[in-house]
Amino acid sequence: MSNPQDTVAGSQAVGGTETDDWRTRLVEFSKSDFVRSFPFWFVPFSIMGLGVYGGIGYNTLISLTDYEGFNEGPDYTNLDLGMYVQAVNDPWVWTTSKNTFVLLIVFTTITMLLGLFLAIMLDRGIRYREKIQTIYLLPMALSFVVTAQFWLWMYNVNNGLVNTVVGLFGLGPYNWIGDPQLVLGSVIFALIWQFSGYAMVVFLAGLQSIPDDQFEAAKVDGASVFKTYWRVIIPQLKSSSVSAAVVLMIFALKAFTFLFSMFGQYRVPKGTDILATLMVREAFKLQNWAYAAAIATILLLMALAVIAPYLHYQHKQGSL
Amino acid sequence: MSKPTQTRAENVARMLPELNYWRIALALVITFFFAFFIAPIWTGLVTSFKTGAAVTATTPFVPPGPGGFTLEKWGRAIDHLSTGFINSLIMTVPSTVVTVFLGSTAAYGLTLVDWGKRAQFAVLVLFLVGIFIPYQAVLVPLSDFWINIFPLVEVLAPVWELEFMEPAHARLLSLTITHVVYGIPLCMLLFRGYYLTLSDELVEAAKIDGASITTIYRRIILPLSKPMIGVVFIYQFTAIWNEFLFSLTLIGSSSSPAATVTLVLSGLGTDLSGIDFGLRMAGALFAALPTLIIYALFAEQFAKGLAADN
Repeated sequence: MSNPQDTVAGSQAVGGTETDDWRTRLVEFSKSDFVRSFPFWFVPFSIMGLGVYGGIGYNTLISLTDYEGFNEGPDYTNLDLGMYVQAVNDPWVWTTSKNTFVLLIVFTTITMLLGLFLAIMLDRGIRYREKIQTIYLLPMALSFVVTAQFWLWMYNVNNGLVNTVVGLFGLGPYNWIGDPQLVLGSVIFALIWQFSGYAMVVFLAGLQSIPDDQFEAAKVDGASVFKTYWRVIIPQLKSSSVSAAVVLMIFALKAFTFLFSMFGQYRVPKGTDILATLMVREAFKLQNWAYAAAIATILLLMALAVIAPYLHYQHKQGSL
Repeated sequence: MSKPTQTRAENVARMLPELNYWRIALALVITFFFAFFIAPIWTGLVTSFKTGAAVTATTPFVPPGPGGFTLEKWGRAIDHLSTGFINSLIMTVPSTVVTVFLGSTAAYGLTLVDWGKRAQFAVLVLFLVGIFIPYQAVLVPLSDFWINIFPLVEVLAPVWELEFMEPAHARLLSLTITHVVYGIPLCMLLFRGYYLTLSDELVEAAKIDGASITTIYRRIILPLSKPMIGVVFIYQFTAIWNEFLFSLTLIGSSSSPAATVTLVLSGLGTDLSGIDFGLRMAGALFAALPTLIIYALFAEQFAKGLAADN
């Protein structure tokens, strides 16, 4: 590879006409870090951009048409907000939105609290910590299709382990997934089982970045263990909490696989029907493509309402 | 006679101050959650080895007795799922490799090279949003794209004439490409976190020596990335293997010759008489086998990937 000085010297020898100057600059530009690094980031960026932003744009366009059924493709001559009006007037959209919010709030809150509790327990210098952490995190390595099968069996009315356990306390048996009153709670419980290991790992990473001498100092001051955590340690886990909460909330918004796999069909029980399952059903079972696209846009806006403040917060913290 | 008793008493006395109630409570809590996390998986495992009669007659988490033991469910599950299992492998391995590579180059171009901090930041934000969007927001365009706009069945028509190839495999190829597209942002983020910890001096020194951007990547960054490539590969492989929504919407039917293992599993063992739980559990465990093996071997890297993605 020739170095830039040669080129500059070369062009001066020819005489500094304007064309040469322009040519030199072009050569310099072609050797700049921008051009040389371009293929590295632009190829993946354009592939991703086409899929994500091209997809979102196209989805928005389809949501403005009346595209449905098995015809060749959408008709773009008559664009309107009809599908959004239909969605707002559809009581089922409101039911599923309500379920989405219940799932999001309850699932995120309990998973975070349990994850924090487990992280504090494992951080207390116990033996075999690595092995215990591995088991707690194991559900996270499994597919929702797989864990849904396990929980379907756990919740079985006649032979499931959950009814065996509550039977020890003289309760039940309950029809955990057949009873509309219980089904959402049962699904949330299973999802907490799968995700609390994740929350724990995030909090553990946060706890381990806090120096030990803060515990020592609190001890010297005579603070109890509980007070030390409440006043000194937990406030420092804010950044871990925000990250974990965002990941969990986004998951709750798009949770589809677990519900589909547990009930084995697009139509899940009313109590567990969320926007994510409604959208996929409208599109791939009922072929209401435009309507499904409109629901997907609503879902996307909800996700952006979580992501945008998060990225802003991360940027302000200087951790981007 | 009295001497051993005395030593034992002494030992107990010495241990007592350490065995305070907090320690015992801690041990109990940890054991309780150990049981909580392992119970569904353990129950599934023992159920998969039970005969139909034993499944209903015995307590779910108790291993089958000699009369109730059978390997028949595993045999049937493997029979049903083997095609899906192979399809999943064919799809997951190449898409993981490509995604990891593209994620690494993207992170390199955004961290270790400086071509305008503001522009780089804007590109980074676009990548980050790509991690979090719900895939529902691109599902309709995606299926329209692969079916109406760019149908690989027609585009690559001569390929399906080859032996072992079926037109249905076009869908598997669409799925592979789709996973690459939506896997890039997270892989980029994981590599970025790692590249930010590398010292700038290394790259600066190489630059002064006259190394080009490409040479620096190939000779310095790529060899240094080895531990991170492991983490990202494990993470991405697990994610793609476990994925279901794209499989369902792009391949459609669990009876398609291109169906992935998660897609086949979702409909396994259901008939008019109800669900065959022994078969379901065996199928679930068989479908999870690659991820379980990877997890058993590389649990630490998996945890690192999870912790780093925020």
